[in-house]
Amino acid sequence: MAGIFPGATSNETAITADANDHGFKVVGKRTRKVDGLGLATGKALFVDDWPVERPLVGRILTSPLAHARIKSIDTSAAEKLPGVACVLTHKDVPRTPHTTAGQGYPEPSPYDTYVLDTKVRFVGDRVAFVAAETAEIAQKALKLIKVVYEELPAILDHETAMDEGQPVIHDEEDASGIPDASRNMAAEVGIEVGDVENGLKAADKVFEGTWRTHYAQHTPIEPHISMAYIDENNRIIIVTATQVPFHVRRIVGMIFDIPLKRIRVIKPRIGGGFGTKQEMLLEDVVVALTLKTGRPVKVEYSRKEEFISSRTRHPMTVKLRAGVKKDGTITAIDMYALSNTGAYGSHALTVLSNTGSKTLPLYKCENVRFKGHAVYTNMPVGGAYRGYGATQGYFALESLIDEMAEWCGKDPLEFRQMNHIEEGGTSPIFKKLGEGREGMEQNVESSSLPECIEQGAAAIGWAAKRAAGKQGVKKRGVGMCILMQGSGIAGIDMGAAALKMNEDGSFNLFIGATDIGTGSDTILAQLAAERLGVELEDIQVLSSDTDLTPFDVGAYASSTTYISGGAVVKCADKMRGKILEVAGDMLGEDPQTLDIVDKKVVSPSGKSLTLGEVGLHAWFYAEDKKQLVAGASHVSMTSPPPFTAHFAEVEVDTETGKVEVVDYAAATDCGTPLNPNLAEGQVEGCIMNGLSFALTEEYVFSSKGAMLNPNFFDYKIWTTVDQPPLKIILCPTYEPTGPCGAKSVGEIGINGPMPAIANAIYNACGIRLYETPFTPDRVLAALKAKAEEE
Amino acid sequence: MRMIATINGEKIAFEAEAHEMLLDVLRREGYKGVKRGCNTGDCGACAIIIDGVVVNSCIVFAASVQGKEIITIEGIGTPDDPHPLQTAFDEEGAIQCGFCTPASIITAYALLKRNPNPTEEEIRDALSGNLCRCGTYTKQINAIQRVAKQGGD
Repeated sequence: MAGIFPGATSNETAITADANDHGFKVVGKRTRKVDGLGLATGKALFVDDWPVERPLVGRILTSPLAHARIKSIDTSAAEKLPGVACVLTHKDVPRTPHTTAGQGYPEPSPYDTYVLDTKVRFVGDRVAFVAAETAEIAQKALKLIKVVYEELPAILDHETAMDEGQPVIHDEEDASGIPDASRNMAAEVGIEVGDVENGLKAADKVFEGTWRTHYAQHTPIEPHISMAYIDENNRIIIVTATQVPFHVRRIVGMIFDIPLKRIRVIKPRIGGGFGTKQEMLLEDVVVALTLKTGRPVKVEYSRKEEFISSRTRHPMTVKLRAGVKKDGTITAIDMYALSNTGAYGSHALTVLSNTGSKTLPLYKCENVRFKGHAVYTNMPVGGAYRGYGATQGYFALESLIDEMAEWCGKDPLEFRQMNHIEEGGTSPIFKKLGEGREGMEQNVESSSLPECIEQGAAAIGWAAKRAAGKQGVKKRGVGMCILMQGSGIAGIDMGAAALKMNEDGSFNLFIGATDIGTGSDTILAQLAAERLGVELEDIQVLSSDTDLTPFDVGAYASSTTYISGGAVVKCADKMRGKILEVAGDMLGEDPQTLDIVDKKVVSPSGKSLTLGEVGLHAWFYAEDKKQLVAGASHVSMTSPPPFTAHFAEVEVDTETGKVEVVDYAAATDCGTPLNPNLAEGQVEGCIMNGLSFALTEEYVFSSKGAMLNPNFFDYKIWTTVDQPPLKIILCPTYEPTGPCGAKSVGEIGINGPMPAIANAIYNACGIRLYETPFTPDRVLAALKAKAEEE
Repeated sequence: MRMIATINGEKIAFEAEAHEMLLDVLRREGYKGVKRGCNTGDCGACAIIIDGVVVNSCIVFAASVQGKEIITIEGIGTPDDPHPLQTAFDEEGAIQCGFCTPASIITAYALLKRNPNPTEEEIRDALSGNLCRCGTYTKQINAIQRVAKQGGD
């Protein structure tokens, strides 16, 4: 397959099997996005574009200190400023312990957060809210609020957070769900299969290492933004940039003790999420200010606030021990992860769980242990971030696998081929470790991982580049890694869909699923169109409005394609049955014998009806007139993993320490790519984010825990000129439990660049990097250490 | 102060305070396709064209555009009559969340006006100020190359 990209010099995409194998007409096609032209012409409405009369501007006063008690707040001067509508402090809002994590209920995250509190726990934590007629007045008002703090000792290093004598960050009595607040422990996980100690004893060689990952952020180009107003029926309408509208409604209702029926959450177009909008982060602020003033209120984070006050990727320390036999058999894997959840425990347990659960089943091994703690620090708050813990775990695991392969005298590619989980196989980890609780047993029903490895290797030119000599100052090398993720949370995630047929044979599709730019409105419409025998244009999508659409957990856990897609397929099949029933009556034929092809009901007798004729008949002509509607929910007892193989070629300047990625290839099995354009886009987006995470993105902190580079000039995310040549390959399979054979593709790819680059750097110049990002100073230090060793 | 500028081919009169940035004024005047991503001139989501040059409107004083010619995303096409770049971005899969898309298209539009046959490198240079966190750069470049091949606009 070396010919996929003959003579390719730039970015290329390829699909190695035809998605039409299954006779699909809409699925598997590179269709336009249902919201594409609205977005391209600037007409699509984001939160800030939502029409509302004279909203007040809300602003948040944040803490300059990492850890302090608020002794007093004087808001009188701010309140007197003309144009200020209200100032709120902890005295003015309900004290309801909650988690900001938008997760299934009851949430597996501790209730350790308050709308406003008497204590601040990180630089950027909330102190007070202001609503004013203009942004300028609101900003002035913030400066007029006088706060007296009692500064407390702070924890700025998560590796010391559980030590004796450390300050207790969550010393409040009303928090719940914290396993050990006195030791700053926000979450704890521990599982073992087989006998790890015996497994290590049986090894010919035991490897050990510690890998550390850094603070980084999602940085959607649209920052968090929410707006609330009270409508003519005294209901609270929240228009918000969220991945989880239904969870937001529930959390806001709980905090303010408002019946859910009085709240409506609307998600318009969203300017990216990547996990950071899987939080209830500004919605409580706008609701508090709206309840107080009776006016519409809008709050948007500035870019600086987004960096300092919103959510981050949990930095982790991952310790790995693993044993291998000379023949390449892995005898034991022992992983310990220490996760820094920052000041609050949002997603602390589940991200930590996934560090083990999404990585350890990848390799066949009988003795596996995963332990971990998430700890509080007085640092920015961790949250859900694309990859969700697997990113940190894979850096460690795939680096160590590379070391093992070398010791066994095997090509890293061959060593992985020998040891990875196969189609038809299973892992005891699936059952033992889920997301914050026990998982579900499952077999891998679909996998083209062997093909992914082959195709990716061919695309990057693995064999030749691996064997090439390393001379000169600038040394080149290639490295690779393999990955898996999941498709939704088995047994927990639920999505629902409803369909309504119109008299012209078109349909309205109502879905709770939340399109945050992923294209889910489009692929879910494609699934409906496919099953109903119509064109994509015949499906009008309405998504993510808690009044108008059925429930869906939201856009997270790589669940939308698989779970929400499953609901759409079921729903469309029900609708199809109803259409055929009406058509059977009209034609005087058995509905069982009828089919829908190209917008027509056809019978074996040769008779046919357009869907418009069926729709009109149902509404106006039938004796038993009816609106054809259907609804369905979907939950899956398995979470089929997508697989991928990533390959990086780097050039390391051994004088400056600069690492440049000169070529990159990724071959991915996401089952049926429902829309190859969008699936490739997910892979490319993951890789771009993963590359800059590995090389340039990094929070820089003061000695007092303040982030020093909260802007896009000093925090480097990549642009068109930073992008290396990318070769993106899809190796389709047909997942039998998935909608039209699909599995997830949204997250898996972000986990690849860090280990692939680390392994490529080793191949180039013989240094292993255990701390991220791979900046010139770290590379030079490692080169120096290696030279001294030699 | 009262200002007059040509926006998308129409002479528009609008009020602006001396300290106001063009982005805020344009959005207030209804040009909502111009997006705010950073307010510091780093992300490019607010890019527009002033007298043929692409600028980030968040760091341009509204008071400085008296008599100038401004083009925003609203000025180059509509859903009924899209510009070829808007169609190509959609068809090539170059739109994910779409928040940076209007500005990326505006940047490409200005590029093709001054250079109807750009090389890939020239396209990459032109777009380097438009951050896309969905990371869908390859397909944006494909879309622009396609329009250039078809003879631009």
